[in-house]
Formats: sequence, C-alpha cells, structure tokens
Amino acid sequence: MIVNLIDYLQDRLRYVAYACYAVMAFILIWSMTVDTSHAHTWAEKMIPGFWALFGLGSCAIIIMVARWYGKSGIQAREDYYDK
Amino acid sequence: MTSSFIHPALIMIVGACLLPMVRGPFRKPYLFLVPLLTFIDVIYLSQHAGIYGVFQFMDWPLTFGRVDRLSMIFAFIMSLMAIIATIYGMHVEDEWQHMAAWFYVAGSLGAIYAADYITLFLFWEMMAFASTFLIWARKDEEALAAGYRYILVHTFGGVILLLGFVLRYQATGSLSFEQLNVSSPELYTWLIMAGLMLNAAVPPLHSWLPDAYSKATAIGAVFMCAFTTKTAVYTLIRSCSGFEVLIYLGVIMAIYGIIYAVMENDVRKLLGWEIVSQVGYMVAGVGIGTTLAINGACAHAFAHILYKGLLFMAAGAILTTTGRQKLTQLGGLYKKMPATMIFMLIGGLAVSGLPLMSGFISKSMIITAAFESHLLWAGFALTLVSSGTFLAAGLRLPYLIFFGKNNCSQETWEKAEDPSWNMQLAMTIGGFLCIFLGCYTPFLYNMLPHTEVVFHPYNSYHLSETIQIMAFTAFGFFMLRKYVMPKETTSLDLDWFYRMGGRAFLWTVQNPLQWFDNVVGRFYKSVGINCLMITSAFWSWFDWNGIDGVVDGTARCVRAIGRRVTIVLQRGEIQLTIYYTISFVAVILVAYVWS
Repeated sequence: MIVNLIDYLQDRLRYVAYACYAVMAFILIWSMTVDTSHAHTWAEKMIPGFWALFGLGSCAIIIMVARWYGKSGIQAREDYYDK
Repeated sequence: MTSSFIHPALIMIVGACLLPMVRGPFRKPYLFLVPLLTFIDVIYLSQHAGIYGVFQFMDWPLTFGRVDRLSMIFAFIMSLMAIIATIYGMHVEDEWQHMAAWFYVAGSLGAIYAADYITLFLFWEMMAFASTFLIWARKDEEALAAGYRYILVHTFGGVILLLGFVLRYQATGSLSFEQLNVSSPELYTWLIMAGLMLNAAVPPLHSWLPDAYSKATAIGAVFMCAFTTKTAVYTLIRSCSGFEVLIYLGVIMAIYGIIYAVMENDVRKLLGWEIVSQVGYMVAGVGIGTTLAINGACAHAFAHILYKGLLFMAAGAILTTTGRQKLTQLGGLYKKMPATMIFMLIGGLAVSGLPLMSGFISKSMIITAAFESHLLWAGFALTLVSSGTFLAAGLRLPYLIFFGKNNCSQETWEKAEDPSWNMQLAMTIGGFLCIFLGCYTPFLYNMLPHTEVVFHPYNSYHLSETIQIMAFTAFGFFMLRKYVMPKETTSLDLDWFYRMGGRAFLWTVQNPLQWFDNVVGRFYKSVGINCLMITSAFWSWFDWNGIDGVVDGTARCVRAIGRRVTIVLQRGEIQLTIYYTISFVAVILVAYVWS
C-alpha cells in the first residue's frame, strides 16, 4: 500500500514540490502571527521568519562546511587504513 | 527492607550464566523472560528509594544499590531497552552474543546503582569487556581489529578513572560516588571527568564510537548504542553537573558529530556520529547544570536510547538481509523494505525533534535551559545542530537508502526484504514509544529527577520555531542535495593518531629497532664470538701448558728423581745396600760427634 503511494507521488513529483512550497509559505505566514513573548532575543521578534532563515542558513552552512572539510583531505580512500 | 533488595544486574548475570543450558523451544521465552524480570525488579525498586546492598570490603564500604530518582530513570530506560534489544536479537542462535549483551546490560545497571567508585569501576569494566565481545562476534578481520582498538581505548579510560578516584581517596579519604566540587577542580576532578568523558565519547576521546559501532554485529550495535554513552551521561550528571567546561565540550561535540555524519557513507557509522552529536546535547546540559538542564539531559538520554535504538535496529535489518551497510551500495529500497523504511523514518524524525515525537520534548529542554542561563551562543549552536540532525538522519539517510538513486547490485536487491517477525516487533515497540513519549509528555516528565521544574514544550512559539527550522532545512537539503551525495571514502578522525601511531610504533620496532638489533647481533657474531673463541683458546692453552704444566711438571720431576734414585740405590745387591746404609749412618754419626 505504502509502496503504491510512494510510486504514485514519484510519478507526480512536480505537484509534490508545489504542495511543499505551499506548506512552506503557510508556515512562514503562520510564524508572523505567532505570539513572540517566548522569544529569547530581539532578533527573533524583529525579523519575520527568523527561524526559517536560521534553518535554511544552518543547513547550507553544515553542508558547505562538511564539503569543504571533507575535501580538505579528511575524506580519504576507503582502503586508507589497509595500506 | 534490605532483605527484599535483589540487584537487577544480578538477575541479568545469573540469566546470562544459565542461558547456554536453556535450549530448544525454551530459548525464546527465556530470552524474553529474563530482561522482563529485570525490568519488573527495576520498577519495584523505583517504588522503594533508599540505600541497599552495603558490604564491607577490607577498609571500604561498598554500596551496590543507591536507588533515587536519578538512578531510577536511567535504570528504567536501560532495562526497557534490554527487553527491546533482546527481542530484536531473538533469532540469533549464537548464545555468546546474548550472554555478552546481558553482561553488558548488567554492567550498565550496576554502574547506575553504584554509590562508590570501586563498585562503579567494577561494573564500568564489565561493560567495556562484555561489549567488546559484541564486536568480536561479527568474526571478520575488521571487527577483530576494531574490537581490539575499542578495548584498548576503554582500558585507557578506565585507568584514568581509577587514577582519578584513587587520588581523590588520598586527598579526601572518601570513595563515595557523588557530586564533585566543580567550582574549584583539582587534578583528580579532571581525571575522573576525563575517564567518564571517554565513555560518553566527548572529543577528543570520541573516535572509538563510530569505529566500533559500525563493526559490531547487528544486535551488538543495537545494545551498544544504548548503554555505554548514556551510562556515562548518568555518571557525569551524578558527579560533574555544572562543570562549565562541559558546555563547551558538549557544543563542540554536537557540531563535530553532525559534520562527520553528513560526510559519512557507512550507515551505522553515520548513526554513530549522530550519537556523538546527540550526546553533545546531554553533555552540554550537564555542563549548564541548572535543574531544567539536568532534567533535559535525563529526558534526552531517555528519548535518545529509544529513537537511536530504533535507527540502529532499522540499519541492522538492512545489514542482516542485504549484507550491506554502505550508502553507495544501497538505494531505492522502499519497494523491498517498506516496514523498515517506516521505522527508520520514525527514528529519523524523532531524533530531528519533530513535534509529537520524543526528540521534540527532550531536546528543547536543553536548548531552553541554555537560553535561560543566558548562554545564547550555546542555544543557537545547539539549534543549528538540530537542523543538521534533521538533515543527516531525517532527510539524507532515508533518502539515500530508500529513495534516490538505486545503487544496489542485483544480489543485494534480490536479498532485500523486511526482516523477521521478532525484529519487526522490536522496531514496532521502539517506534510506538518514540511517538508515545512525544504525545503524552507526563510519562517522561514525571520520571525526571527534579520534580519542581515545570516545562511545557507545546507552546505556539516553540512549535512555530521548530516547524520553520525543519521545513527550511528540508528545502535547503532539496536544493543542495548534490553536495551531500555519498562517496566511497572513509573520513579521517582523531583515531588516525592511534591507528597510525600504532603503525608508527610497529614500523619503529620493525625497522630502526630491528636494524639495530641485527647490527648488534652481527657485531656480536663477528667480533664478540671471535674474541671469545680466541680468548678461550688462549686460556685453554694457558691452562694446559701453564697451570697444568706447573702441577704436572712437579709431579713428573718428583717421579724422575725418584726413579733415578731408585736406579742408583736399589740395585738388588744386599751387600751394596748394607754398605750404603752403614756409610750413611757413619757419616751422620761423625757429623753429630764432631759438631
């Protein structure tokens, strides 16, 4: 059953992507209406969609740092220790 | 009251010892029954807090059973996980694996209830040695080597701990395992902390974890991911809470682990790196040391054992059926292993802290504690890592195993299927608990050690924060996914120093030292032996011709004179003999008279 559902969605990736964009837009709009009294810093109160930006930025930073770090020689051949 | 105390670790140990004798149809019920009894015992004890099992050993009182709220929650989750993991491994015939696993659980429970360093150390070492057999049970060359590395590193950690508490005993005369004075740390405080830290895989003492967990057997890794690090977190809470350096180490650990997880190709190594990252939250919580942070560390350890166990069970299912654990050899498996996929997704979303999942209600306590203690940098760094966690375990891992490009060989594809009923049952229990904890918060929150703390994770701001982060992390992953595709590489880490250090030592022994030894040998052969031969030849000659010459010569001389005298004097003619004798007497007489 679940396999069929995934196959069904994979055949319609374009619409899945649209649905995801719609959800993201909804989340952003919702975030601006939320009570920010629990916020820890002024940035969270002043910048709309602060955590969305933070999430996107974190993701990009982690991917790029991992890529740079791996390329700087940390990622070695699989048989590195077998030589 | 003391008479009714049965140590839960004792049930596991006796159970493990009797296990080889229980065979055939009784084996499976027995495997279920012993951890269940242990669990019931733990629950019984949690209703009867107190100090039990005090024995006098030489000068020191040993306390085996300190039952309070802190030990209660850890013992509860450990014994619960023992049930789940044993169900998961029920199909395994190899009784050594079960025995090692149960001794390992016993070590963990013993360390949790121990109230003095000697008892703690005893169970601490039991854990290290028993778990090594879970690696060796894999029985290939890699696992053998990894097991040796694991046991050596843990022995090193044990020795540091031993050194620490012996120094403390010398300084304070106390062996009781309690909160150390972290505001003015002594050398022994650092040593004890370092010894405990090694088991929690805090950098720079962390490399053993991904190395060992990726080489262990499928069920071995399920046990290992729960017990060693979380027992160490418990001991850190017990002894080092509020030690500021742990905040820095914890945050570094969380970031470091997630960077390596994003680079990793080996599924179980990736999960191992993520343990490093998640335990980073707990260590940071211990370092912050407020009641909320300590509750958070306990709650996160509790939740972590369940979802990480679930992830390792799913990874173990893939390993068991396909024999593969590298992302570059997997992919597109949703068609063949849909149930495993669902469990891995539940685990991945729980670790990422999706609302209504266990990670959400536990991780947020530590982050909130950081913000409330005005450690903004720590709060933001840990939030950044939670985005990375979702990226590594919630998105990248399921995407590359179950969706994405199919890298399976024909053989792998044919072998892939959902695992046996017992593995699925264990994963169902784990998955259910991950969701149950997230939906019904009092279950976990009522068990936490500091009862006065009130924490509500489900407020609209926190929900909005989490959902924003997760949605846009997913978007970021979608855009940048080509940069995190797996490569057939191994990531170098600090274990390089001891793996290559060992090799350098071997090289030093094999080359310069061997050469020197050879030179000495050859020198000895050519010069030494010859000298010795010449010297001994001389002494032999001297002995023969010198010493023997003198002794023998004297003898020969006496004999020659004697013979000559005999020839002259004893001719055999009586009259001549009389003549000589009388002449001789006459000469003597004359000489006598005349003088």
